[in-house]
Amino acid sequence: MSIELRDVTFRVGAEKHIYKTNLLLEPGGFNILLGTTLSGKTTLMRLMAGLEKPTTGEIWTKDGDVTGIPVQKRSVAMVYQAFINYPSFTVYDNIASPLKVAGLSKSAIKEKVHHIGDLLKLTPMFNRLPSELSGGQQQRTALARALVKGTELVLLDEPLANLDYKLREELRDELPRLFADTGATVVYATSEPLEALMLGGHTATLKEGCVVQFGRTASIYRKPATMESAQVFSDPPINTAVIKKQGEMAYLGDTVSWKVPEQLVSLPDGNYKIALRPHHLLPEGQGVEVDGIVQIAEISGSGSIIRMNVEGNIWVCETRSIHSYQFGEKARFVFNADHCMYFGADNQLIEQHPSSSDQTDITNSDRL
Amino acid sequence: MIHPRKWLVPALYILFLMLPIYGLLAMSFKTTGEILGGFSFFPQQFTLANYKVIFTDPTWYNGYINSIIYVVINTVISVSVALPAAYAFSRYRFLGDKHLFFWLLTNRMAPPAVFALPFFQLYSAIGLFDTHIAVALAHCLFNIPLTVWILEGFMSGIPKELDETAYLDGYSFSRFFIRIFIPTIAAGIGVAMFFCFMYSWVELLLAKTLTSVDAKPIAATMTRTASSSGYELGLLAAAGSLTIIPGAVVIYFVRNYIAKGFALGRV
Repeated sequence: MSIELRDVTFRVGAEKHIYKTNLLLEPGGFNILLGTTLSGKTTLMRLMAGLEKPTTGEIWTKDGDVTGIPVQKRSVAMVYQAFINYPSFTVYDNIASPLKVAGLSKSAIKEKVHHIGDLLKLTPMFNRLPSELSGGQQQRTALARALVKGTELVLLDEPLANLDYKLREELRDELPRLFADTGATVVYATSEPLEALMLGGHTATLKEGCVVQFGRTASIYRKPATMESAQVFSDPPINTAVIKKQGEMAYLGDTVSWKVPEQLVSLPDGNYKIALRPHHLLPEGQGVEVDGIVQIAEISGSGSIIRMNVEGNIWVCETRSIHSYQFGEKARFVFNADHCMYFGADNQLIEQHPSSSDQTDITNSDRL
Repeated sequence: MIHPRKWLVPALYILFLMLPIYGLLAMSFKTTGEILGGFSFFPQQFTLANYKVIFTDPTWYNGYINSIIYVVINTVISVSVALPAAYAFSRYRFLGDKHLFFWLLTNRMAPPAVFALPFFQLYSAIGLFDTHIAVALAHCLFNIPLTVWILEGFMSGIPKELDETAYLDGYSFSRFFIRIFIPTIAAGIGVAMFFCFMYSWVELLLAKTLTSVDAKPIAATMTRTASSSGYELGLLAAAGSLTIIPGAVVIYFVRNYIAKGFALGRV
């Protein structure tokens, strides 16, 4: 089932939580809402579910305008970040509860619950209470309850955020498989760009209550339409700076300069913005050289993340090799000018060198 | 090895706590003559006569029955009224909600004596004087606010997402409230019922003022220290001992929940 938001806004008191939003989510595959905390992911989901009523605008599904329809009458399931299960019901009753309310026969319920239980490896825990389960199993129970109904719209609000690393990876790999055959529209909120890339499908980048961009996940990563979109879709934060363009040269501060790509040469001279992904800034090699004053260098086993001050901007270098620096140390870093994304003063993407969208950026590219 | 002082302090504490109760219990097995005659730690002439009187004389055992009736009525009314109120306070924001919530508590700030006279006049006027419901309603004045506070604490500990999940699963509000929400806060209801019971069971002034014969509570009966046959201290001690039992039974059932209530800071 597709779901469409038409000119939806949401206000609480005088405070705007969601600015005017138009969004059409198609069935099949994952639709990811990507944004930091307070960007409006949860609010947007609550609007789709019908838990909140939009201040203005309409929400359409294949059944027509559902804006005012109570949640009980909609075909929606939702899984929250916190593990929400009915504490007084056993795992079996938890999963069976939406079917019981729907008035299914005992045997039909049993068959469905066992099917979902097997799928999510919950069958051995059927007689336990949610409080007797691990966090991962609790969230599996919540997922099972969302799946068993066979709803056409499934909302997953950062379902893996409260799980530990190992469980998160395990469940994340399972998720696309679980929803693959259901034909449901899955909306998945996350604040982690990597998670979005792994789940694939379509992504909407959100910032402060605005949908910045919506499209295929991979193409948004490669070609963010605006600076905000590039910022949301990067972890660690993307390196940005204001450059001065003169003729065919770009100047960053007084010392750094490089040739701009052909598409930019014809544009008027003046200030532009650039964005450079942290893993495109390297501690060694060939390219445009910048001097950074190192603020902190973190070593994460096989790689390092170095934060530095470059011409008054905080930049981050993410590298796969080990480099240690002292605080305040002046060091030379390089980047390939082809990897720069250029934005106008209005934060809109101007043009990007085709080679910056290298396939190596995408983990799990087969899924996309 | 356990250090000897580790159990010494609790042991002494319990000993001092139990001493007066033991005194009462010992007295209940003595005759009034022995009690008045002097102090003895154990009953010299062990007797069950005091208990026999209580279980055979209607003026005594009716006291217990009356008390239990109005305590049960009061507990049922308090909890059933407080459940929706506490739900509203914990889940909705409305004009003056915080003030109203605090105002509930101020009802407990006035001593019951303040209300005794107006209640007496009101209940007499509408023909409720000397009925169980009269005492039960009067005690609601103190028990409903307390119950709302306790239940609100427990309910606020339940995430709102639970309600929403139930609605998304198709539950109507009433079905959700009865099938899911009430079992979820069962501990809180237990604690609230315990406090209603305890307050109503020991409260004397209102219960005595609003009753004369038909609904006379045991506490009022016990204030009768002397009868035509003189002092009846043994009988009083037996009545007192029996009065402790219901409280002890209730505490036994809710002891684990009470700790939870304390942890929430609402008891």
